[in-house]
Amino acid sequence: MSEPGPLRELVMMRLRTFLREPEALFWTFGFPVIMAIGLGIAFGEPAAPEMAVAVERGSAAERHLGALRSAPELDVRLLAPAEADRALRRGDVSLVLSGRDTLTYRYDPGREESLAARLLADRAVQAAAGAPRPVAVREDRERQRGSRYIDWVIPGLLGLNLMSTGMWGIGFGVVTMRQKKQLKRLVSTPMRRRDFLLAQILARLAFVVLEVPPIVLFAYFAFGVRVEGSLAALAAVVLAGAVAFAGLGLLAASRARTIEGVSGVLNMAMLPMFVLSGIFFSAARYPDALQPLVQALPLTALNDALRAVYNDGLPLAAAGGELLILAAWTVGGFLLALRWFRWQ
Amino acid sequence: MPDLSEPIPALRCRGLHKRFGDTVAVKSLDLEVRRGECFGLLGPNGAGKTTTIEILEGLTPPDGGEVEILGMRWGRDSERIRARLGVQLQETELPDKLTVEEILRLFRSFYPEGRTVEALLDVAQLGEKRRTQTRNLSGGQRQRLSVACALAGDPDVLFLDEPTTGLDPQSRRQLWNVVEAFRAAGGTVLLTTHFMDEAEKLSDRVAILDRGEILVQGTPRELIRSLGGEHVIEFASTAALPAQALLALPGVSEARQRGGAWLLTVAEPHRAVPALLERVEAAGGELTALNTHHATLDDVFLARTGRALRDE
Repeated sequence: MSEPGPLRELVMMRLRTFLREPEALFWTFGFPVIMAIGLGIAFGEPAAPEMAVAVERGSAAERHLGALRSAPELDVRLLAPAEADRALRRGDVSLVLSGRDTLTYRYDPGREESLAARLLADRAVQAAAGAPRPVAVREDRERQRGSRYIDWVIPGLLGLNLMSTGMWGIGFGVVTMRQKKQLKRLVSTPMRRRDFLLAQILARLAFVVLEVPPIVLFAYFAFGVRVEGSLAALAAVVLAGAVAFAGLGLLAASRARTIEGVSGVLNMAMLPMFVLSGIFFSAARYPDALQPLVQALPLTALNDALRAVYNDGLPLAAAGGELLILAAWTVGGFLLALRWFRWQ
Repeated sequence: MPDLSEPIPALRCRGLHKRFGDTVAVKSLDLEVRRGECFGLLGPNGAGKTTTIEILEGLTPPDGGEVEILGMRWGRDSERIRARLGVQLQETELPDKLTVEEILRLFRSFYPEGRTVEALLDVAQLGEKRRTQTRNLSGGQRQRLSVACALAGDPDVLFLDEPTTGLDPQSRRQLWNVVEAFRAAGGTVLLTTHFMDEAEKLSDRVAILDRGEILVQGTPRELIRSLGGEHVIEFASTAALPAQALLALPGVSEARQRGGAWLLTVAEPHRAVPALLERVEAAGGELTALNTHHATLDDVFLARTGRALRDE
């Protein structure tokens, strides 16, 4: 084992350099909160979603205007035919009701809200015309705790943040040191190379301690998003994720000589995860053929593990597979980085 | 004259060779630096000084040749060698948000043994700046800090690559004091510089490098004496004088033309100058410039290559 001396000093060097950089601090701590606010406004607490539907002026549909307006879930707009078409195309309305003689529903069957709007509009029209309701039903509109979109998206944002601050932070930090020949200066001393790389990872863990609680607290106080599982389990998942992305950040930065160079590598490494790893929508939506790849990505593993603890309240053991994937990325990233690292 | 009481030299390399692409940076270079000696590598930019010193520092692998540091070899004994070397690189930027004390503590932590941070602050005369971030230091202070980092492990051999480039005269002298204190305690120094006065002031011996090869080496005195005289007369005149006529003047051992001027190496300027004036007058011309100086390593370089050491 290494002596604690140099490792400690190297970690402190990284922490000090970062904490004395006000801009970096803002982006690390401010960005996720801004993003959460934005998403909270967009998806926070829709009392009951209103479906916007258009009725073509002068069409057969105009006769049913009263019936449609009596349905509380529908936001009915009376529009000229051309305007109605444009509104549908732009997604301002989910459904257009028209027709010369026969009432016609025009909508995109691939859009969920269009399907829902079509059912609601049809029910309102048929009921007003006296259609019978042979089956008696009762509506239970109790909301499940933790089932809102914001509940689901917060762990994803946390994962995204762990990935991007880890990879950008380490990538830029290391390449800047390489550019200024500080790495070369360090390896001209008896410093152990693995100590340097390890220090970058340990420093990341220290940042995570500062970085994650604000997001979790903000989500709780602003949107009432609760951690259903134990905080210890959440902390363990967060640390596993932070370490994995620190290792990958080192790997991404292992060869690049310039900031432009490392930016390209980082973007290329992170883009598939932005798209595939279930940050804003479930990764399960991708076709089965793609799933082995999707599931092997470290951000997918991290997001799944975070949601298991955060949303589903499961114990750490339930995320064992995901943690194993993260551990594999950590070890692989670190060892390859140690091997490929360019010191000058 | 090898000193037999010191069987293992501090540094030794033989047949060193390094090329970058088509450019030969160092070719078949032999060098030996004794313990306790300050050895200067002097040469213009691009002469191969930095490549040579970085090969010796174990930072650049040579394409061919052998290197021995304190009797040990890179690769086999790297870790042991590193613990006994102090390295100051050309153009390193120290982390600019760290304070002087933090940087010294960092570098000290890498060495199993060495000086205390207090002692390093002292030697670099940076005690008052200990809590100053390096970005707020002057060039001279930054350079002394860089050398103090190199001294953190109390090295046997100190490498200095262009340590005073870009510094004002006072800062240069302060840095020289740091180096001389290290020498006084028995340390060995390998220095590269393109300042002949720095090489003369600090070095026991110098090697003059040009285009990857050592042109000549010895003590600064020996090299200057090899010119045949210790003074140089530089003049320009309206008369066209043949070299033969100039060499016939009393005490002139060499006559070289550079630009529109002549450089004469002479033993006794008080005899050569009057004779020169007479010769110019006899040829019906007059002097347009005249100055004399003690011969320097610059003149040695000029004599060997026909070029000035620094062509600004």
